[in-house]
Amino acid sequence: MEFLLQPLTLLTFFPLLGVLLILFINAEAKNAIRWVALATSLITFGISLWVLAMFDASNVNLQLVARYDWITVAGWNIQYFLGIDGLSILLVLLTAFLTPISILSTWTAVEERVKDFMIFFLLLEVGMTGVFLAQDLFLFYIFWEFTLVPMYFLIGIWGGPRRIYAAIKFFLYTMAGSILMLLAILWLGIYGGTFSVPDLVALGNIPANIQWWLFLAFTAAFAIKVPMWPLHSWLPDAHVEAPTAGSVILAGVLLKMGTYGFVRFNLPLFPEAAVRAAPWIALLATIGILYGAMVSYAQADVKKLVAYSSVSHLGFVMLGLFAMNPQGIAGGILQMINHGLSTGALFLLVGMIYEQTHTREIKVYGGLWKITPVFGSIMLIVSLSSMGLPGLNGFVGEFTILLGAFGSQAIGNTAYAIASALGVIMAAVYILYMFQKMFLGPQGEIVDEVKKHGHGLRDLNWREIVTVVPLLIFIFWIGLYPKPFFALMAPAVEHLVGMLPIP
Amino acid sequence: MIPVEYYIILSAILFAIGVAGVLVRRNALIIFMSIELMLNSANLAIVAFSSVLKSFSGQVFVFFVIAVAAAEVAVGLALMVEIFKAKHSIDVDQMNSLKG
Amino acid sequence: MHLSETATTGYFFLAPWLVFAPVIGLLVNIIFGGRFSEKVIGTVASLASGASFVVSVLLAWSLAAGHGAAVTVPFLEWIHIGNLELDWAFRVDSLSTTMMLVVSGVGTLIHIYAIGYMHEDVRFKGDPGRFRRFFVFLNLFIAMMMILVSGDSYLMLFVGWEGVGLCSFLLIGFWYDMDTLGRPSWANSNAAKKAFVTNRVGDFGFLVAAFLMFWAFGSFQFDEVFEAAHAVAPGVIVAITLFMLIGVAGKSAQIPLYVWLPDAMAGPTPVSALIHAATMVTAGVYLITRSAELYTLVPQAQYIVAMTGAITALFAATIAVGQYDIKKVLAYSTISQLGFMVAAVGMGAFVAGMFHLVTHAFFKALLFLSAGSVILGLERGHHHAEHSHHEQKSKGKGGKSKVEGGHGAHDRHEEVFDPGDMRNMGGLRKTMPVTFWLYMIGTLALAGIVPFAGFWSKDEILLDASLHYPTVYLLLSIAAFFTAFYMGRQIWMVFFGEPRHEAAAHAEESKPIITAPLMVLAALSLLGGALNLPFEGFHQLGHWLEYTLHEVEALPLDLQVAGISTLLALTAIFLSWLIYGRNPLKAGQPDPLKKPLGFIFTGMENKWFVDEGYFAVIINPFKRLSYFLADVVDWRFWHDWFHETVIAGTYNWLSNIGLNLYADQKGIDAFANWLGTATQSLSATLRKVQNGFVRSYALSVLVGVVFILGYLILKS
Repeated sequence: MEFLLQPLTLLTFFPLLGVLLILFINAEAKNAIRWVALATSLITFGISLWVLAMFDASNVNLQLVARYDWITVAGWNIQYFLGIDGLSILLVLLTAFLTPISILSTWTAVEERVKDFMIFFLLLEVGMTGVFLAQDLFLFYIFWEFTLVPMYFLIGIWGGPRRIYAAIKFFLYTMAGSILMLLAILWLGIYGGTFSVPDLVALGNIPANIQWWLFLAFTAAFAIKVPMWPLHSWLPDAHVEAPTAGSVILAGVLLKMGTYGFVRFNLPLFPEAAVRAAPWIALLATIGILYGAMVSYAQADVKKLVAYSSVSHLGFVMLGLFAMNPQGIAGGILQMINHGLSTGALFLLVGMIYEQTHTREIKVYGGLWKITPVFGSIMLIVSLSSMGLPGLNGFVGEFTILLGAFGSQAIGNTAYAIASALGVIMAAVYILYMFQKMFLGPQGEIVDEVKKHGHGLRDLNWREIVTVVPLLIFIFWIGLYPKPFFALMAPAVEHLVGMLPIP
Repeated sequence: MIPVEYYIILSAILFAIGVAGVLVRRNALIIFMSIELMLNSANLAIVAFSSVLKSFSGQVFVFFVIAVAAAEVAVGLALMVEIFKAKHSIDVDQMNSLKG
Repeated sequence: MHLSETATTGYFFLAPWLVFAPVIGLLVNIIFGGRFSEKVIGTVASLASGASFVVSVLLAWSLAAGHGAAVTVPFLEWIHIGNLELDWAFRVDSLSTTMMLVVSGVGTLIHIYAIGYMHEDVRFKGDPGRFRRFFVFLNLFIAMMMILVSGDSYLMLFVGWEGVGLCSFLLIGFWYDMDTLGRPSWANSNAAKKAFVTNRVGDFGFLVAAFLMFWAFGSFQFDEVFEAAHAVAPGVIVAITLFMLIGVAGKSAQIPLYVWLPDAMAGPTPVSALIHAATMVTAGVYLITRSAELYTLVPQAQYIVAMTGAITALFAATIAVGQYDIKKVLAYSTISQLGFMVAAVGMGAFVAGMFHLVTHAFFKALLFLSAGSVILGLERGHHHAEHSHHEQKSKGKGGKSKVEGGHGAHDRHEEVFDPGDMRNMGGLRKTMPVTFWLYMIGTLALAGIVPFAGFWSKDEILLDASLHYPTVYLLLSIAAFFTAFYMGRQIWMVFFGEPRHEAAAHAEESKPIITAPLMVLAALSLLGGALNLPFEGFHQLGHWLEYTLHEVEALPLDLQVAGISTLLALTAIFLSWLIYGRNPLKAGQPDPLKKPLGFIFTGMENKWFVDEGYFAVIINPFKRLSYFLADVVDWRFWHDWFHETVIAGTYNWLSNIGLNLYADQKGIDAFANWLGTATQSLSATLRKVQNGFVRSYALSVLVGVVFILGYLILKS
């Protein structure tokens, strides 16, 4: 019992209880299943708030630790080891926050095999939370791979027309990187005699050339997940084909697992290699920012546009993390949250209109602001947040990242930050393009098309508003008063920076 | 004190009855009871030896067997209910879909 | 250098209400506005803006009482990470209060004007539901502008800076589903997007300047930056100031980023007056003035700023001569006047620049609002003419029928009437006398005729230029000549001669709610010069700003400079009378300058083809590049070819041909198949045992057990 009542264990595995309950519900009782899933995820969110209440930001060590020997045969020392610190708490909260929102968004969008859908969704939450909490490399790897399975089915069963292709591509691509990481993990486990991350960090005397290879192996797994340019090819497929809730979680949380991996493992475990790689990562990140922004401008499919904008945004995150100063890393972590909120909201909103029109082609829209004023206004706010308007969350993240990157000694060149700042202009170009073509201008043909088949386009209903408003609250909160968010991570970030051997 | 042979003989008889039941009867429920009989005859033998050898392992084994038997009954009865729903009979001779 | 101190006396604690008041106003209108009548909505918004003005006055009063010592009112800790400490604090000093007074003062007048203007505009455009939205945006703009001028650090300034950019976007695109004539079109939303993106280009410069600043000075806070600036290599400061100039060029519409401002006239006229003439576009001038201590350290940067301003002033003035739209003329005039201000602050004549900023806010707002009154008058006249002609037809324009009919008015298949085209006007002096006189005052102020406000401020700039920067002086003087000329042209074309269109003949004067704020502005345009007269003891604005800016040069009136500029202005007006006044334009007649000037006039008419140039050099290549990247590089090459053909294809080939066919089918498979066949035949025999009866299975188990047990027993 003591094992189960530990806050982090409870937080990770609570959704399983919901899965169990849902198993006993008749598959035809769709609403009952939805309510159980929603209630489970809401309670999980409650548990995450409880964790937050117990969390002490000024402590840079792992907190609320749950640690047990797990597999200890033949010299292997694998532990069940969960812990939370300033680097992960926001991401854990984001996961617990986005899951109920995504479940709420499927209320009418998913009508087939609701039971299976909700079971996979809650399992996904277990995996994601586990990834952010696991402090044992082996346990981490299990959670990391585990998230693939539910997501594979979410895309493969409830996706668009090319869902099987997208699901397999997503799976294989991620697997390919993970294998390399697994090898590196095994090497570390044998070398250090432990898989526990803090112990390995404390041990810390890995020879430089081996460090470099291990760093690359971990980078392979994480860079694919982020995805960093040029490994982004799976992303548009997965996003376009995934159901709305899947896209929200994919953009909101799954991509963050990659960037989180860099912060949690690559920087502290292989500091010399990380410093050595910083200019190269910064280069890839900058290319990703500009490339993602330009490619996203040329898309005809709105979901694809948002997908490519993720490449651009996550480029900012990577740039910040490898700036290796407090501004850059803190900005990077905050930007992970911001991207989760605003891109998550964008996918939600796109899903809401898609549910009515069944098309994602930008050019058939137009003038929607007049017909659906509430929807248009919310979309405007979210778009502005995504393009980094001061006063909304995106700016705080992007600004601190760019500021950090500009003065970064690890990157060592202001050109990256200046070029990335050009991405801020381009963000305005593609976001405004999307907003204009869909919401401004004369009425698009889709409006009459929809009218032919029913009542015509309606504005958001109450359920949809309830789904989006929590995101909006955080968009404004982080934009106007980000201090509590920075306060949560600042000591941990500064501790991390202190460990890096910056020239 | 009753000598241990008596227990063994009783146990053997019970087991034989069980075997005969399984082989002869067609009603799945009865077959089931026969299996239980066989399990319990084994229990009897184990307990008898346990008392002779003054070892508790035998007792522990028996507990395990009882527990497993209970689980098995649960699963078996559930299966039978499902089969009955499908076939409206629990005659084992009708359950020959595994025929090669 | 005086360091800011926290407020102890006076009304400084009210500073946050500069922002809160309009925010509350807009929230009230968002939440309850649905149930309010138009009057209430307008009143709430105007009161909110007015409250800001009252706060500004109180702040200025407190500041004067404290002998102008700058006061910082801390409000909120914003971003704290590492050595970055960004707070939202309000800075109250003589410079920021000057801006606050202008913004909230002119802003409030325009709010009041807009109640009347928008009441009619939303009906002419056929969507009265947007009335509320307009005032929400307008309040938002006041709030953002207040953040801009009251921020205590470059970052807070930047927050407001981008915020007003957003409001500008929203308000230019206010009629987002039509063009300026009300036809369904992408035009207005394009203009809005253009403004935002162009501003973002400027913001990029601002951002880079901010980064440089932080890593050079370790702070964004004004005082700390200025203090640290003296110890830093001038090269860094040159970089900072020049990147800042990019920002200024974006916001204050200077070459090369001015192109958005003329298009911004797509917004309703009060917007053009408030945002795109009086306040927002002057933010760049404010920024340079605010950074005076940085700019004065690097004369080379100052020279570049001054030249940018002067060239813009002249360039835009030439374009204004060739425009026909009443608002477009004023838009180019605004760019030109902003050029004057930027040139002034670039030369280090900060007081002159700010002085011109203030007077320009008065007379340009007056001109725009009067132009709005003219446009409305023409709309009314057009409506009347229509009405009398098509009595039998149902009311097509205005009124309720239009609301129900969707975009009814413009579905009619006849030539669309453009109420902003000066070629449709003429003779309005008689039909709209009040507007005429107001417009005259604005024109004379802009042209720089004694004793109107514009004369004094412009003269101060010219005087400064004549002393230090002869090139700038020359450019600005020519620009001033053009200014007087195009304003003269406008007056003759709009108000004199005979009506060239039915609508002009039937034009109606506007209601007092529209003209009353104009009269206030007219009075200010007339008397605004008194703020800073070039006589000993009358340099009020100079002294006021001296609290913030140092080494303010108080120049006496130079009769030669003043004389030359007055002479130029009068000559230009006379010339415009010769061309446009003596022989008024007839309907359908081309511009009389077209023939003698030839291709030069074509250039002016077409804005020197700058937009087309940008399309050819920047926008189209960008589009092509992004389509190329998206389609060819990312999709066809990377996604399809590399991933599908190379990776997946190679894998397939390997597994199909290499492994499947040779290793597998002919090697392993053959063996496995043999194994399979053997098993099959064996199992065919064995399957006979499987009769499916539970009992026989049980029997075989029993037999097996007996055998095994028997073996075990017998073995031992």
